[in-house]
Amino acid sequence: MLKTFLIGIKDLRLAFRDRAALILMLAAPFVLTLGLGLVTGRFSGSNNSGLSDIPVIIVNLDNDQLGDALADVFTSVELADLMEPAIGSDPEAARQLIDEDEAAAVVIIPEGFTQSIIPQQSAVAAELVKIEVYANPSRPTGAGIVKAIVDEFLSRVEEGRVSGSVSILQLVLSGRITPAQAQVAGAAMTERLQTNTTDSALAITINSSTADGEEVKFDILAYLAPGMALMFLMYTVSYGGRSILAEKTQGTLPRLLVSPTSSTQILGGKIFGIFLTGSAQMLILIGASSLFFQLKWGDPMGVIILVLAAVFGATGWGMFVTAVARTPAQVANVGMSIMLIFGILGGSFVSLDQMPPAIQAFSKITPNAWALDGFTTLALGGTLTNLSAPITALLSMGMILFLVSVLLFGKKNLVQK
Amino acid sequence: MTNILEVQNLAKNYGDFQAVKGVSFNIEEGEIFSLLGPNGAGKTTTISMLSTLYTPTSGEAVIGGHSVTKDPMAVRGVIGVVPQDLALYEDLTARENLIFWGQMYNLSGKSLNMRVDEVLEQIGLTDKAKNRVKTFSGGMKRRVNIGVGLLHKPRLLFMDEPTVGIDPQSRRAILDTVKDLNKQGMTLLYTTHYMEEAEELSNRVGIIDHGELIALGTQKELTQQVGQAETLILHIGENDDSEALAKSLKGIQGVQQAEAVDHEVSIVCAEAEDVLAAVVTKANERGIKIRSIDIREPNLEAVFLHLTGRALRD
Ligand SMILES: Nc1ncnc2c1ncn2[C@@H]1O[C@H](COP(=O)(O)OP(=O)(O)O)[C@@H](O)[C@H]1O
Ligand SMILES: [Mg+2]
Repeated sequence: MLKTFLIGIKDLRLAFRDRAALILMLAAPFVLTLGLGLVTGRFSGSNNSGLSDIPVIIVNLDNDQLGDALADVFTSVELADLMEPAIGSDPEAARQLIDEDEAAAVVIIPEGFTQSIIPQQSAVAAELVKIEVYANPSRPTGAGIVKAIVDEFLSRVEEGRVSGSVSILQLVLSGRITPAQAQVAGAAMTERLQTNTTDSALAITINSSTADGEEVKFDILAYLAPGMALMFLMYTVSYGGRSILAEKTQGTLPRLLVSPTSSTQILGGKIFGIFLTGSAQMLILIGASSLFFQLKWGDPMGVIILVLAAVFGATGWGMFVTAVARTPAQVANVGMSIMLIFGILGGSFVSLDQMPPAIQAFSKITPNAWALDGFTTLALGGTLTNLSAPITALLSMGMILFLVSVLLFGKKNLVQK
Repeated sequence: MTNILEVQNLAKNYGDFQAVKGVSFNIEEGEIFSLLGPNGAGKTTTISMLSTLYTPTSGEAVIGGHSVTKDPMAVRGVIGVVPQDLALYEDLTARENLIFWGQMYNLSGKSLNMRVDEVLEQIGLTDKAKNRVKTFSGGMKRRVNIGVGLLHKPRLLFMDEPTVGIDPQSRRAILDTVKDLNKQGMTLLYTTHYMEEAEELSNRVGIIDHGELIALGTQKELTQQVGQAETLILHIGENDDSEALAKSLKGIQGVQQAEAVDHEVSIVCAEAEDVLAAVVTKANERGIKIRSIDIREPNLEAVFLHLTGRALRD
C-alpha cells in the first residue's frame, strides 16, 4: 500500500518535470480555452456561443405566483440568448414534440403547484405537487441546462420555505406578488415551519440573496474550459499509460520487479500515478480559469467529486490503450487519436446538441461527454446531488475498463519472457 | 566456506532458442565470482533468472537458503542487482533516485537518509547529489546505477557488465569500488566480457559461451587445465649479457624456454614460483643485477581461445 503510494508520487513528480508533458497537460488547454473564449466573444461581453437558443416548451397549468415566476425565468432577458422558450398548453402535445426531437425539453408546471407550496388561506398542508421536466435524451446538454435551471429555481423556493418571510420578500421585490398577498403567505409559512427561526435559517437566507439570479446566466467559458481540460486529460492518461511501457524499456520496471515489491503494488502504483497526475492537472486548470477568467465552476464539493470521477473514468481508458498497445510509441499515437476523437465526440468543440443522434449516443463511451454534462450542471448552479448520473457513469466506465485491461495485461506483458 | 548461491542445471529458452543450457555452479560467501563470456553468451539471462526476473525453463537456484522459483520474495531481500543497462529515472536527481529505490527496498525515514548519504559518498557523487541524472556523464550514471544496488546492503550483489562503454577513469573507480565492497564482506557475482577485469577481480571464474559453462575454477586452475605456462620476465642492466644469461637459464629444471630480447629475458615455465629461486641464483653467479621481475600468468583469453577456437572479443 505504502509502496503503491510512493510509486504514484514518483510518477506525479516525473510528469511535472517533463516539459513536453506540461505543455500538453496545462499550457495547451489553457491557451485553447483562452483562444476559444476570444473567438466566442466571452471576453468582449457578447455571448454568441455554440450553446444558445435551446428550444424549450413551457406548459404552465399552475397559472399562479410560483408557476408564473418559473415561466418568467425562462422568458427573461437574461436567458434570451441561451433559451428559446415556447409556451404550450397541452402536456401531451408538448411531450410529442420532444419525441419528434423538436425541442430539448418540456417543463410542465402542474395545476396547484403554487398552492402546494404557499397555501393561500388555510394552514392545511396540501400534498406537494411536482414539476415535470420531460427531457430529450438526444440533446443531453440542452436538457441538462433546462433541468439545472428548474433545480435552481426549486432550491430557491425550498430555501424560501425554510426561511419563509425573506424568500417572500424576494418575490415581492421582484414584483411577482403584492405585499398584501405576501403577508398572508408569510404568516402561513411561518406557521407551517414554526421550529425554523434559528441562525441557520438566516445563513441560508444570506446565501440565497447574494447568489440572486446569477448562476442561471450561462457563461460560455463554463462549457469551453472543462471541455478543453477534459480533452487534454485524455493526453495525460495516455502519457501515464505510456510510462508503464517506457519503464519496461528503460529498465526501471525490471529493476522494480527484482526489488521486494510485488507486481500488484507496482501496477497499482502506476495506476495511482496516472490518477494523481490527472487530478492535479484538472484541479490546476480549474484553479487557473477561476483565477484568470473569473470563471465560476459552481459547487466546490461537486466539482472535486466530479473531477475525481472523470479522472477515474479517463484513467480506465489510459490503461486500456496501454494494455492493447505494444510499444510506448503506439500508446502515444493511439492516445493522441483518442484524445482528439473523444474531444470531438465529447463536445469539447461543438455542443453535442448540434450533432446527429447516433453520434450523441456513441459519445456516451467517452468520459468527456459525461463529465462535461456534469460540469455544465454545476456551472448552472447544480450541486453534487444533481450529478448522480454522470458520476455513476464515469465510475462504472473506469471499473469496466480496469477489469478489461487487467485481463489483457496479465503479468505476461509486465515481465517480458 | 558456505555457499551463498547454488545453481543447478539452470536453463532458459526463448521460444525455440536455448539461451542458457543448464549451467551449474556455486558461489561461496565472501568471494568475487566472475562470469566471463562474449556478447550473447547468456550472462544477462543467467543473472535475470537468479534475480527472479525470469522464471527458469528448468533447473533451480538457491540463494541464501531460498529457492528463486519457490520463494522469489525472500531471494530479493538477500540480493542486490546492478543491471547491465542503466535503470534510473533521468528526470530525478541522484539523491531522489536513491531515496526512491531505497523505499522500494523497504528503507525509510532517518536510516534511509543516512544510508543514501553513505552511498553517495561511496560512489563519489555527494556534491552532485542534487543534479538530475540526465545531466550526468556515462560514468556518473553508471555509478548511480551501482549505488542503487548497494542501498540495502545486500549479502550478494549481482553486477552485470558494469563497465561497458565508459571512460578508463570511471572504469578504474568502479573496479576499485567492487574490491572495496568485497573487502567489507559483500559477496559478488560479476559478469564481464573483459578478460582483464575477471583476472583482476575474481577469486573464481566461470567461462560461459553459447549458454554453456565451459570452464570453472580459479584463474590458475583454468590456465593449468589447458596446459598454459607462466612467463617470467627479468629486466637486467644495459651492459649485461642477456643472451648468455638466457642460454644458461635453459639448464634449470622446469624452465621450458628462455629468450633474450634487448635487456629482458623471458622465461617460460609451468610454475614461476618453482624456478624463481634458481633463476635468481644463476644471475648472481654471473654477476648480473636483476632490476625487476614480472610474472605473467597465462591469461583467460588464451583459455577461451583454447576451448572455443575463437577470441573472447568478437
Ligand atoms: N528476450 C529475449 N528473447 C529472445 N532472445 C533473447 C532475449 N534475450 C536474450 N536473447 C538471446 O539470448 C542469448 C543470450 O543473451 P544474453 O543473456 O543477453 O547474453 P549476454 O548477457 O551474455 O550478452 C543471445 O543470443 C540473445 O540474443
Ligand atoms: Mg548481457
